[in-house]
Amino acid sequence: MRLVLDIFTVLAVSAGAFFFLAGTVGLIRFPDALTRLHALTKVDNLGLGLVVLGLLPQANGLFGALKLVTIWLLVQLSGAIVTQLIAGTVRQHGPRE
Amino acid sequence: MTILSIFDIGLVVLILAVGAASIGMREAFSAVIGFVVYGLLLSIAWVRLSAVDVALTEAAIGGGMTGMLMLGAVARLRFAKGNDSRTSLPVRLAAGILCALVAAGLAIAVLSPPEVIPTLAPMAMENLPQSGLGNPVAGVLFVYRALDTLLEKVVLILALLGVWSLAPDRMWGGIPGLRVYAQPNSKLTFLAQLLPPVGIVVAVYMCWVGAKEPGGAFQGGTVLAAMWLLVMIAGLTSVPSISQRWLRLLLVAGPMIFLAIGIAGMVLANAFLAYPAGYAKPLIVAVEVALTLSIGVALGLLAAGPPERVQRP
Repeated sequence: MRLVLDIFTVLAVSAGAFFFLAGTVGLIRFPDALTRLHALTKVDNLGLGLVVLGLLPQANGLFGALKLVTIWLLVQLSGAIVTQLIAGTVRQHGPRE
Repeated sequence: MTILSIFDIGLVVLILAVGAASIGMREAFSAVIGFVVYGLLLSIAWVRLSAVDVALTEAAIGGGMTGMLMLGAVARLRFAKGNDSRTSLPVRLAAGILCALVAAGLAIAVLSPPEVIPTLAPMAMENLPQSGLGNPVAGVLFVYRALDTLLEKVVLILALLGVWSLAPDRMWGGIPGLRVYAQPNSKLTFLAQLLPPVGIVVAVYMCWVGAKEPGGAFQGGTVLAAMWLLVMIAGLTSVPSISQRWLRLLLVAGPMIFLAIGIAGMVLANAFLAYPAGYAKPLIVAVEVALTLSIGVALGLLAAGPPERVQRP
């Protein structure tokens, strides 16, 4: 059972890391602010979600697991809203330079 | 070589690179962003050194709070672009030489450590149970080096006075010039309504858990300050004028209670800042709670900047 959970952790966290990598590539390669934001948030939520999912079996009891999920939810919330704010500013004033 | 040491080397290289990039940036805004990233990476390094207390403080103060203060400074500089004067060559040379000297001094200290590294850690751990605390960092801060901690909080208020004194005379006692983004029903309003309840619980938790595990007044206070700033920036609550009595009371409450307990210690425990036997932990928790509030208000006001408007009667 332990081994199965460990394998699950490794797979999920690796998948999460892959999404982070994809997001970073998108951030560097995409042409303008809006598409970059798109790449960043989509992939951030999924990447962090997978990392948290993978870490759940390793968490320190129910309380530790709850903390992990809360962190993911908080990052989702702030990430989504901050992105909306940046995108709104870009649309209003246009990108800098 | 294990995976962890590869990670550590990568982290150190990354920290050095981001530090160098932050110094080398031509534009102030990018340099500040570099500095914030540098602070966050540094906090990961502290976690790797098992200094979670320091990591929390570094992320909160070094990355977050200082970053926000510097972004404010950059915005001000951009605003006052009119008298754009380059620093003269001698000044730049002097600054460079001073920085190089400090770096050389640090390098010598790091590269030639003494044979036996002096440590008080075993003694500190041995006497920790007497205080009733579980977190050795809290023990050092509030029992062994309480005077330093007290003075540190006073310095925070002095720094705030320094910021306030930047205001012109007629603005004294006015409202800090925090940029308010007052669009009703925007996404920021939503965030400012949703996040503070969670943030306040996190701050209380950090302050409370500080006696036993990593956490404490500074970390909790920073979270409080962030929540307060969020609510003010979203325009949900007005920025208070700095002459408000409750504001000033909250500012000095922490250091005053700390000082009062310290002076009481002279009578009850025969030494300044000593705690009477058996009452150490409740007294320390009381001081931590008051300090959390004071630090929260002080950091929030530091970020809000010097007064720029006078309250209309």
